Amino acid sequence: MLGRILSGDFPRAWPLMVVLLIILLTLALAPFLFSGAQPLNVAAKICVFILLVASYDLLLGYTGIVSFAHTMFFGIGGYGAAIALARIGPDWGSVAIGTLAAMIVAGVLALVIGLFSLRVRAIFFAMITLAVATAFAVLASQLSGITGGEDGLSYRVPEILRPSFRLSEGTVLGTAINGRVITYYIVFFAALAGFLVLLRIVNSPFGRVLQAIRENDFRAEALGYPVVVYRSIASVASAVMAALAGVLLALWLRYTGPDTTLSFAIMIDVLLMVVIGGMGTMYGAVIGASLMILAENYLQALMKGLGEAASGVPFASALLSADRWLLWLGILFILSVYFFPAGIVGKLRALTGKR
Amino acid sequence: MTDRTAEKEEVRAGAAIDWTPILLTVAVALAAIPLVGSFSTWVTLTVAALAMGMMIFIMASGLTLVFGLMDVINFGHGVFISVGAYMGLLVLWPLAGWVDSSSVFLNVAVLLLCIAFAMAATGLFGLAFERVIVRPVYGQHLKQILVTMGGLIVVEQLLYAFFGGNPITIALPQSFRGGLAFGPDIVVERYRLIAVAVGVVVFLGMLLVLNRTRIGLLVRAGVENAEMVEALGYNIRRLFIGVFVAGSALAGLGGVMWGFYQQTLTVGMGLQVLVLIFIVVIIGGLGSIGGCLIGSLLVALIANYTAFIEPKIALVSNIGLMLAVLLWRPQGLYPVTKS
Repeated sequence: MLGRILSGDFPRAWPLMVVLLIILLTLALAPFLFSGAQPLNVAAKICVFILLVASYDLLLGYTGIVSFAHTMFFGIGGYGAAIALARIGPDWGSVAIGTLAAMIVAGVLALVIGLFSLRVRAIFFAMITLAVATAFAVLASQLSGITGGEDGLSYRVPEILRPSFRLSEGTVLGTAINGRVITYYIVFFAALAGFLVLLRIVNSPFGRVLQAIRENDFRAEALGYPVVVYRSIASVASAVMAALAGVLLALWLRYTGPDTTLSFAIMIDVLLMVVIGGMGTMYGAVIGASLMILAENYLQALMKGLGEAASGVPFASALLSADRWLLWLGILFILSVYFFPAGIVGKLRALTGKR
Repeated sequence: MTDRTAEKEEVRAGAAIDWTPILLTVAVALAAIPLVGSFSTWVTLTVAALAMGMMIFIMASGLTLVFGLMDVINFGHGVFISVGAYMGLLVLWPLAGWVDSSSVFLNVAVLLLCIAFAMAATGLFGLAFERVIVRPVYGQHLKQILVTMGGLIVVEQLLYAFFGGNPITIALPQSFRGGLAFGPDIVVERYRLIAVAVGVVVFLGMLLVLNRTRIGLLVRAGVENAEMVEALGYNIRRLFIGVFVAGSALAGLGGVMWGFYQQTLTVGMGLQVLVLIFIVVIIGGLGSIGGCLIGSLLVALIANYTAFIEPKIALVSNIGLMLAVLLWRPQGLYPVTKS
């Protein structure tokens, strides 16, 4: 049964299994374990990013191609839901229309980019996705009539999802079941389902071909697998999942803007999460996303303190200030690619494998 | 298939230049006259596009040669541009008096000093970048893309830490400001002419070095077949580092020119230009210098014309151009086929 759910791809290392179980249980019970808005916010963000990062890993880790347009598809999802909710009205119909439209647009766009760039050299893909994603971000901020420009869009969600909504008068385990809790569980279960679908994809025969292409595209082609087709399908699947993650974020935040979905900083975050968690392991996405988002929410405060402590020293304060968060992420990123390419999951598996 | 290969061989041997893309560029410029409507506006736009195109070419040429020679794709190239521009600023600040002086000599001197210092600094910077970031990941495209992108972020953040996040306004030296009038209603900005001149000098210099010197011969041979050059006893690594440093210095030069052109410096300018550079080298054909020039000019011409005719389209015109070129020639305008 469990084997079927996980598509036969078990964590294969007991420390990893323990960590994953802790993350799963914490996320599943988050509304009851913590009080206050901030922890639930962090938990919801972790759910969304697990899906986003896992879908990116399908491309980077399993297919071996680098895309810089993943936040674009994430943004398409976010704006799809946002525009539908803002223009049509706060009901379930517009959520469905927005989600569907976003997934279709993301899929078609990914297909077009894939067919244009993967035909010649896989390296074109990285360059072209960077160009297209930049143009898309500019478009989103310029076409303010549709997207709200730099300010983004704020909108109302369906009534059941609003904070004022109560499922019942009483409380469960001391927590009132309000609209936020319901939204959280929609995000949680959708992310979980998406993650399991991705796990299914990478462990299917199709996923095996992707890994063969990653290892040696020339040989895969020679064996009769059309590399361009496989890479393009992987790119489409990944884009559709990213759009779904965008929709979830839009439902949770009740706001969509360039900074929450399209910014380059998010792309860097996603890259870092994949690499730190472990490329080519879906579980790496879970660990990478959880770790990074926790760090971002709680370590940045620490860094702020450090920056203030070093305020007397000329350059140290500039380097340690919270604004330079990306600097340290970048260094961490380079070091991980060099010395830690298999990520945390790879390390944990290697540790237990030796025994 | 064999016909095409034979055709390519001919082009590579230098027996014939493929004129179609060149004619296409001229045709694009001429076709824009009726669309723009007024001849004087067209001249202004075209000169602006030539200036922009030459600057993009200066910045893109290093990237394309580095790729051609060692199959290294350097996403960090964009930040070399920002580094160059900010290094120029270091010269500009103490010499503010020279900038505002009305003496042409001092104005030219300050520009040259800026350029010299920026090129030297970015060249050295490129040397360090190659050693620390690029060298450990030779031959692995995936890691190269990731690591050089990481390098770009780190250096960008360092620039933010030292120069602050606010855009910095810089003034052109006194005698380069304003425009020159040709005839009754045609005015061309002086700095654009300077940019075109610098671009032409760089292009001709590059052609001379590549076609008339021993080093150029080795570089061209290396782009064709690096292994064979090694087998003949030349150290391709050293050659490559030389090209990498030269490419970085050119990016620095481009950064200074671009900074004066925009008259504002932002740390993000490098990444913005990098996107243009990628479009240019994809259009031109990765590894080709001639393609790089034609690609730069095409991108700049189309960007300027569409920005005038329909600003909303200008945001995506480069992407459209790239897609159209890739439909026509999937390897770029001047494909470099590695044997």
